[in-house]
Amino acid sequence: MADQDMADLDKLGSDQPLLVAESLSKSYGRIAACREVSFSLYPGEVLAIVGESGSGKSTLLQILSGQLNPSAGHVSYRMRDGITRDLTTLGEAERRFLFRTDWGFVHQDPAQGLRMAVSAGANVGERLMAVGWNHYGRIRETASDWLGRVEIDVARIDDAPRTYSGGMRQRLQIARNLVTEPRLVFMDEPTGGLDVSVQARLLDLVRSLVAELHLAVIIVTHDLAVARLLSHRVMVMKGGRVIETGLTDQVLDDPREPYTQLLVSSILPP
Amino acid sequence: MTVMIDIADAKKTFTMHLQGGIELPVVSGVTFHVNPGECVVLSGPSGAGKSSILKMIFGNYRCDSGRIGIRHRGAVVDLATAEPRQVLNIRRATIGYVSQFLRAVPRVATIDVVAEPLIVNGMNRADAQARAGELLHRLNIPERLWQLPPATFSGGEQQRVNIARGFISELPILLLDEPTASLDAANRAVVVALVAEKKRQGVAMVAIVHDDEIRHLIADRIVDVTSFAAAA
Repeated sequence: MADQDMADLDKLGSDQPLLVAESLSKSYGRIAACREVSFSLYPGEVLAIVGESGSGKSTLLQILSGQLNPSAGHVSYRMRDGITRDLTTLGEAERRFLFRTDWGFVHQDPAQGLRMAVSAGANVGERLMAVGWNHYGRIRETASDWLGRVEIDVARIDDAPRTYSGGMRQRLQIARNLVTEPRLVFMDEPTGGLDVSVQARLLDLVRSLVAELHLAVIIVTHDLAVARLLSHRVMVMKGGRVIETGLTDQVLDDPREPYTQLLVSSILPP
Repeated sequence: MTVMIDIADAKKTFTMHLQGGIELPVVSGVTFHVNPGECVVLSGPSGAGKSSILKMIFGNYRCDSGRIGIRHRGAVVDLATAEPRQVLNIRRATIGYVSQFLRAVPRVATIDVVAEPLIVNGMNRADAQARAGELLHRLNIPERLWQLPPATFSGGEQQRVNIARGFISELPILLLDEPTASLDAANRAVVVALVAEKKRQGVAMVAIVHDDEIRHLIADRIVDVTSFAAAA
């Protein structure tokens, strides 16, 4: 029996993790924002980091995406060439290239992830140009295609996102991020500032794109409904620590830790 | 014969931290097995832990102790200790779960809700939709509803969509939580026929059925859950 178990695990282990976090800690003076966080993320896997404000989830996201250096610990990432690299050993140019190609980052506020004064087409096309595309016609065609995929009327391609509604801006930000076919997308409360009806539409869209493109996603949210709809696994954070982790439906339907039980019981019935 | 589900001494307790850490014993000493092509029906009064056992077999509830052996791709995996990724693989390839209520994504059309398990396992969309259409047809969901999301359907219609989604896959294990609860006689008969077909295909099933007549029609064996009642 033990041998059979091992054989099965071997088969599952044939794909390597995309990102590995090892004992990540971050302190600001005496305040520990993040303590001893470790996990592995596999291709196509959606991990939700949940917790209330101040739990350290946004700090963790910044460390994972190489925007903030940890006080201790490592983040390693398997690059497109198959070689796993420690993020802190990447040069600035390499890190920027990773951010423009293999990674996406969807901010809560689309104004942070978009250039508000240039056209929607240019917002999407810019990422393509950054990876060396230079044929105007093909860039525009790909940009229109992506606007369609995120359900933005292609007639609006020459309008700047400051003329867009909040939901459209967020969908445009997603198109801009996905156009280079990244393998990993970070999302920071992507539905945070949106009306409920707009949220549902965005979540639906994200859910189908994630499955279709086999994206790995690390999503920070305080909304357990978002975690349930989008994620395979959750990590519950409190006071900078991961206090509970597991399959999303396990953690939400059978929460073990007092704090997780409090979070789950605080959801208003639909 | 190769056992598909082999549960040994499984135990589940809820600790309610918000109620002063009250311990709520659910079940203990759960031990039974299910063979291919067999439908085991769990019996016992409400609150005896039938649904909890089903959720433990699906990996939705975690076990405190014991073993949930599942035959998955030719090997036995203990679901009680499996890694999350492994549980997901088992759900994709081995265990299906028909819950009492449909939990559908807001905007997805009924036909796609039903076809999804096949698409996830690699079937092309058109073939998967054709199979979904056949099942919806058998379950008397009129074609004019197929392109609508099931959220606005009646309870019985949603339940039938849920059944179609559960029975469409070719998974070797199916867990059925009250599959006929809100159905009329004609649709109950369809579900009985679907269960019989799954048995012929060698699918191992565990079901909760309150209706005596249906239970009589689908059960090969009855496991009385009251014997697993945890001592309070």
